[in-house]
Amino acid sequence: MAVPKEVLVDPLLNDNPIALQVLGICSALAVTVKMSTTVVMCLAVIFVTTLSNVAVSVVRNRVPTNIRIIVQMTIIASLVIVVDQVLQAYAYDISKSLSVFVGLIITNCIVMGRAEAFAMHNGRYLSALDGFGNALGYSIILIAVALIREPLGSGTLFGFELLKPVTEGGWYYTNGMMILAPSAFFIIGLFIWALRAWKTEQVEEADYQIASNTQYREAM
Amino acid sequence: MAEDFNKDGMANTLIVAIGICLVCSIVVAGSAVGLRPLQMANKELDRKQNILRAAGMLGADATVAEDGRGVEDLFAEFEVRAVSLDTGVYMDDVDTALYDPIKAAKQDDASRELGPQEDRATLGRRENVSLVYLRRRDGALDKVVIPVRGYGLWGTLFGYLALEGDLNTVAGIGFYEHKETPGLGGEVDNTGWKAGWSGTRVFTADGTPSINLVKTRSPETSSAAAHEVDALSGATLTSRGIENLINFWTGELGFGPYLQRLKFESAQAQINPRRER
Repeated sequence: MAVPKEVLVDPLLNDNPIALQVLGICSALAVTVKMSTTVVMCLAVIFVTTLSNVAVSVVRNRVPTNIRIIVQMTIIASLVIVVDQVLQAYAYDISKSLSVFVGLIITNCIVMGRAEAFAMHNGRYLSALDGFGNALGYSIILIAVALIREPLGSGTLFGFELLKPVTEGGWYYTNGMMILAPSAFFIIGLFIWALRAWKTEQVEEADYQIASNTQYREAM
Repeated sequence: MAEDFNKDGMANTLIVAIGICLVCSIVVAGSAVGLRPLQMANKELDRKQNILRAAGMLGADATVAEDGRGVEDLFAEFEVRAVSLDTGVYMDDVDTALYDPIKAAKQDDASRELGPQEDRATLGRRENVSLVYLRRRDGALDKVVIPVRGYGLWGTLFGYLALEGDLNTVAGIGFYEHKETPGLGGEVDNTGWKAGWSGTRVFTADGTPSINLVKTRSPETSSAAAHEVDALSGATLTSRGIENLINFWTGELGFGPYLQRLKFESAQAQINPRRER
C-alpha cells in the first residue's frame, strides 16, 4: 500500500505530472506569462485537486462504476466554480486575467487523472496528500517556467521591474517569443531534458530503433 | 459497506446521481450568492477607478490619489448623466446607478443595429442611451469622460476616453478590459504609451473626429500632427482597432451630437454666464 510520504513527495520530481506524465500542458502554456497569475493559478489547482481527491475518495465506495467519471466531473466543476467566485470576490484584478483559465481547470487532465487513478482506490487522507503533492508538482514547473518567461518577456517579476525595458526608457529589449505560448513549450522541454539527464530512470525505452541506412549497399 | 448493497444497481445510480447534483448545486449556488455583493462592489470600484485613471486623477496602479483621497471620494466630483446618443440630450429619467450601456446594446429595444458602413468599431449593435461623466471646476467644465469600446485583434476593448473642458483635447485614455496579446497589443496598458495621448486633438476644424495612430509622425508644424498618436509596434490590428473605436465614439454615431451640444452650451455660458443652468 502507498506510503504517505512517497505519495506526497513523489509527484514533485520523480513522478511529476507535467514533466513525466506530460499532463496539464495547456494551462502551463497559457498562464505563465506573468508570475502573479501563475501563483494564483497554482493555488487554485492545489485547492481543486486536493479537495476533489478528498471528495471523490469519500464517495468512492458508493459511486456506481458506469457514472463515476460524470460524478468526478461534477465534483471538480463545482469546486472550480467556487474558486472562480472567490477570486472574483477577493482578487478581482487577477480574476480578470485568469478567469478563462480557472474555468479550464475542469479540463485539466491532472485533476481528473488523480481522481480516477488514485482517489477512487485510496482513503481520504492519502488522497488529500496525493492531490496536494501532484498539484505541487504542477506548481513547481509552472513557477519555474514563469520565472524564466516574465523577466525575459516583460523585464519584470511579480510586476516589479527587474530589467528596465526599452519601451520604458531602459536598456532591455524584451523577448517577444517569451510572451507567446510556444516559449513555454521550449522551457518545459528543456526542463524535462534536465530532469531526465539527472534521473535517468525517467527516460523511456525507445519504441523502435532507427535502422542504419542500407539502401546504398542494396543498390550496389 | 453492507454485503447485499449493490452499488451498480439502478436505484443506487439514481440516488448517487441526484445526491451529488444536489450537494454540488448547493455548494455552487451558496458561493455564488454569498459572494455576489463583494463581486458587485469590486466591479463598481473597478469601473470608477478606470474612469478616474482615464481622467488622470488616479495613478496607474494606485488606489488612492496623491492627496490621500479614496476612489469614492474622488469619484464624487463627477456628475454622472445619461445621454441619448442619437440626439445628444440628457435623459434624466434613466437611473445612472443601475443603467448599463453595454447590456443595453444587446437588447433590441434599447439599441440600434449598425450597418456595415457605420460599424467602424465592429460592435454589431449600439445602445441608444449611454453614460457620461462630467467634472466641473469653478462652474466651468473641466473633464468629460466617455465610455468607448471596439474590436481590436482578439476581442473587444473596453475603456474610457477623457476629454478636457474644451471638448477636443484628450486628457487621457484607458482600457479596463481587452484580450490583446500581452507585450504587443497588450501594450495598450503601457503608461508611457497612454501618456502620449494627452494633448492630442480629436476633432478637425469642421468637427469630424480624426484621431490617427501612426508609425511616423508628421512634422510638428503640420495640421495633421495634432491628431496623431504613436501606433503600437507589432500590433497593427490593435492600433487600427483603437483608431476606429475612438473615431467611432467621438463621431456622429457615438457621442458626437452630445459633445457638439455641450460645446455650444458652454460657449453660450461664457458669453452670458447667467444663462447657465
